[in-house]
Amino acid sequence: MTLWFVLALMTAAAIFAVLWPLSRREQALRSGSDVAVYRDQLDEIRRDQTAGLIGESEAAAAQVEVSRRLIAAADAEAAAPQAAPATAITRRRRVVALIALVLLPAGAIVLYLAVGSPTLEGQPLASRTSAERQSIAQMVAQVEAHLAKNPNEGRGWEVVAPIYLRTGRFDDAVKARRHALALNGATAERHAGLGEALTAAANGIVTAEALAEFKSALALDGDHIKARFFLGLAAEQDGRMNEAVATWRALLDSAPPNAPWAQFVRAELMRVGGKASGGASGGPSEGPSEGPSEGQSSGPTEDQVAAASDLPPDQRQAMIKGMVERLAERLGKDGSDIEGWLRLVRSYMVLGERERALVAAGEARRALAAEPDKLRRIDELVKGLGLDG
Amino acid sequence: MTPELGHYALVLALALGVIQSCVPFYGAQRNDPMLMGTAVPTAVAQFVFIGISFAALTACYVNSDFSVVNVFENSHSLKPLIYKISGVWGNHEGSMLLWVLILALFGALVALFGGNLPLTLKAHVLAVQAWIAAAFILFILTTSNPFLRLAPAPAEGRDLNPLLQDPGLAIHPPLLYVGYVGLSISFSFATAALIEGRIDAAWARWVRPWTLLAWIFLTLGISMGSYWAYYTLGWGGWWFWDPVENASFMPWLIATALLHSAVVMEKRNALKIWTILLAILAFSLSLIGTFLVRSGVLTSVHAFATDPTRGVFILALLVLFIGGALALFAWRAPLLKQGGLFAPMSREGALVLNNLFLVTACMTVFVGTLYPLALEALTGERISVGPPFFNATFGPLFLMLLLAVPFGPLLAWKRGDLPGVAQRLMAAAGVALVVMAITFAILRGPVLAPLAIGIAVFVIAGALTDFAERTGLSKGRLTTSFRRAVGLPRSAWGTMLAHLALGVTLIGIVGETQFGTERIAEMKPGQTVSISGYDMHFDGMSTQQGPNYRDQVARFTVRRGNDVIGVMEPSKRTFPARSTTRTEAALMGRGFSQLYVSLGDVSASGTLAVRVYHKPLVLLIWLGTLVMVIGGTLSLSDRRLRVGAPKPARGKPAMQPAE
Repeated sequence: MTLWFVLALMTAAAIFAVLWPLSRREQALRSGSDVAVYRDQLDEIRRDQTAGLIGESEAAAAQVEVSRRLIAAADAEAAAPQAAPATAITRRRRVVALIALVLLPAGAIVLYLAVGSPTLEGQPLASRTSAERQSIAQMVAQVEAHLAKNPNEGRGWEVVAPIYLRTGRFDDAVKARRHALALNGATAERHAGLGEALTAAANGIVTAEALAEFKSALALDGDHIKARFFLGLAAEQDGRMNEAVATWRALLDSAPPNAPWAQFVRAELMRVGGKASGGASGGPSEGPSEGPSEGQSSGPTEDQVAAASDLPPDQRQAMIKGMVERLAERLGKDGSDIEGWLRLVRSYMVLGERERALVAAGEARRALAAEPDKLRRIDELVKGLGLDG
Repeated sequence: MTPELGHYALVLALALGVIQSCVPFYGAQRNDPMLMGTAVPTAVAQFVFIGISFAALTACYVNSDFSVVNVFENSHSLKPLIYKISGVWGNHEGSMLLWVLILALFGALVALFGGNLPLTLKAHVLAVQAWIAAAFILFILTTSNPFLRLAPAPAEGRDLNPLLQDPGLAIHPPLLYVGYVGLSISFSFATAALIEGRIDAAWARWVRPWTLLAWIFLTLGISMGSYWAYYTLGWGGWWFWDPVENASFMPWLIATALLHSAVVMEKRNALKIWTILLAILAFSLSLIGTFLVRSGVLTSVHAFATDPTRGVFILALLVLFIGGALALFAWRAPLLKQGGLFAPMSREGALVLNNLFLVTACMTVFVGTLYPLALEALTGERISVGPPFFNATFGPLFLMLLLAVPFGPLLAWKRGDLPGVAQRLMAAAGVALVVMAITFAILRGPVLAPLAIGIAVFVIAGALTDFAERTGLSKGRLTTSFRRAVGLPRSAWGTMLAHLALGVTLIGIVGETQFGTERIAEMKPGQTVSISGYDMHFDGMSTQQGPNYRDQVARFTVRRGNDVIGVMEPSKRTFPARSTTRTEAALMGRGFSQLYVSLGDVSASGTLAVRVYHKPLVLLIWLGTLVMVIGGTLSLSDRRLRVGAPKPARGKPAMQPAE
């Protein structure tokens, strides 16, 4: 409301500026004239002459010239047309008053409503901070500025790390967690935090390095929830579904009632689904001879594949390629996962990349050279796919 | 609420501008003093509203209100206050608002202090001024609106371009804009005269103070811009002939010509049409300067393609105002009455020569600036017209002009005595020749250098000769000369100082370009580099944290012989918000000369690239421009000009009813 009141006041002032001269008496509007200029020039010539700056004859010539201009100007002034008759003046004055009173405010309001945003309040920084609406980015910026000056303050790193994680700045999160761990001393929480950040940075895959962190965490605190959960995830990604399910079951069993994270773990258990519960109930484990089954183990999960099938073909292709690449990267770091290798070779074949499939098979052979039965499975697959020919 | 107030104030200013461009104009046609009288309060109110608008935008910057898109894009909450304020005009939208603010300021000044103008002339001038203002406010509101909002407000802004976070650049644009926009008054006066079809010596007297005021600020602005480039860009160059600099230099050349031709018109009622044309050209070149070059329309065809509305709007406005004024000129100028006659060898003749040289010099700059841009726009071919072109064309022209400078003030009006003047300048020429010979003997520089120094000394000695003649110093007693010097009109002092300053600047230019030395070294802490008798010992590097940047400072101890004469600390400044780095050069003044150190990169082997310059007499360049400004100010304060210059509007009418 204040806004509209002030806007109205401003409009009134603008209208007044136009109306004001119309209300004044005519003689109040004095007109300047060039006669004054020429008078002044004549004075100046006289001054210069007395000061000896110009000679007698020069002064006389200049005086004649300026006087001629002066006379012409005075004549022109006398001959100037007189003002129009009063009725015409009154009519014009009414028209101008109408323009000022109607067109000016109407035009201004219409234009303003078209371009302005009268409903938006101003949001100066002070009001935003004091109202405890200090946003995450701003907080991070503050802490960063602080850390830039005092990089050895572990507490700051501890504060920003989870925010980095949440805002998707995974590499920064890893850096922050490392600093926190190094500066503040090792605890289970800090090790697990670093592992979590590393996992996030690797697109959700528990890398060997991350796994090591979780194990260090558990060495310090065998009941650490986050570390236990990620250990389960690592097992799942490595294809050891039963182990994963067992880990998470145990985690759930030890959970206090109403633990906020329990729901999440249950959802994860559900995700790995039927086969997992079968495994957990002590049934025969799924033998390696069956080969990798659809949608489990490392690489794309069932959900991901389901999501992929809803996408248009080219995007789906891109998504699959991305997942395959992540898988290849992981296997490059940790080549002990036979299921992963089998999956990778098959994926390349599905994508029509025969060359890369062959290369992957070769790499798998090298990585698993010490384990003859695993080597045999690779060879079987290569034969089955007709890659050996 | 603040941003919306500013927004609405701008809209109101537009509405007032439209009224101001029609009603007084119509009143002048009908000779209706009431309608003409509306020009004054509307001009003042328009200025007040644009002022409110500008203040509102500034408040948004100061309070870091990032709900305003413009603030979000160009500010940062951690920036020092001065750069929060200068950030207002550090971007296209804000600078446009500043531009119209100054335009309205000049309109208001004419309205308030133009009591001595004939009513119709004043109404016409203010109407033309309002046409320009209304057109550009409309441009701002439709294509470059600084008050557009963003909801929700982002937490942090994107920061101002670090190159612009510098005290020099905080004040340089406003000064330059006052200069650019001040020329709009000459333009409006010229257009008004063409519309009225009447122009006389009084017109020139009314226009001259406004032109002079604009010229003073333009000189200051250009000079400060040049000094800024000198110490921030890190190459020690002070003039690059780049389009942005040329854009401000061209109006300066024409404004200088206009100042001189207006003198002829005022004194002798001659050169009227020419003066009108210059007034139109001066502002046209300011418009081209501000809009075409700064908006990037011509520098990059690509930018034009991505945002065609803005470019097309600007082009349309330029065509409208420049083309319109020139068309009006072509139509009305032949109808104007011609004025006084003069012999070629006279003060008038000298001023015509000055005008010809200045306009030709401006044309070479114009061609050199716009030809490559136009060629690229039309054919896509990129050519570069660099300093060699300007040095080869502009340089000789200006040197010849300078040779002629001392003659002008000594020649008499109407018909002069050239041999007599030449005789009176013999002493000055003698001094110049001696200095030339000495320079050549001592420094053994290239032939051009002593020649230019000689010309510079001739200009200075010529200005002093004029002074000596006017005060009778050459023949009379010292006391009478002193009395005469005090009684000398201030504009005469102004002329003398401004001409003398030209020589001073030229000496600085020659000293810097011909006798400067430069060393580039890869240094490790503990090493020493020597230049022109100075030894600079690299002590080491340290890091300092600024409010929104981090400085890597290198410390040099400077010795001359065995005496330590000081410490220089150049640095590299990193701004995280835009992840950019700029070099901060260190300067050390030695008389009028300077030592200049700037830093390059640190190499893999741990050495630091250092550029060291010794710049003899470099400060004279800017000292000269300052003296020019002082000369201009003295001239402006001359009581004779005050007939047309600002004076209190109140109280005066009652005191001179006889007129």
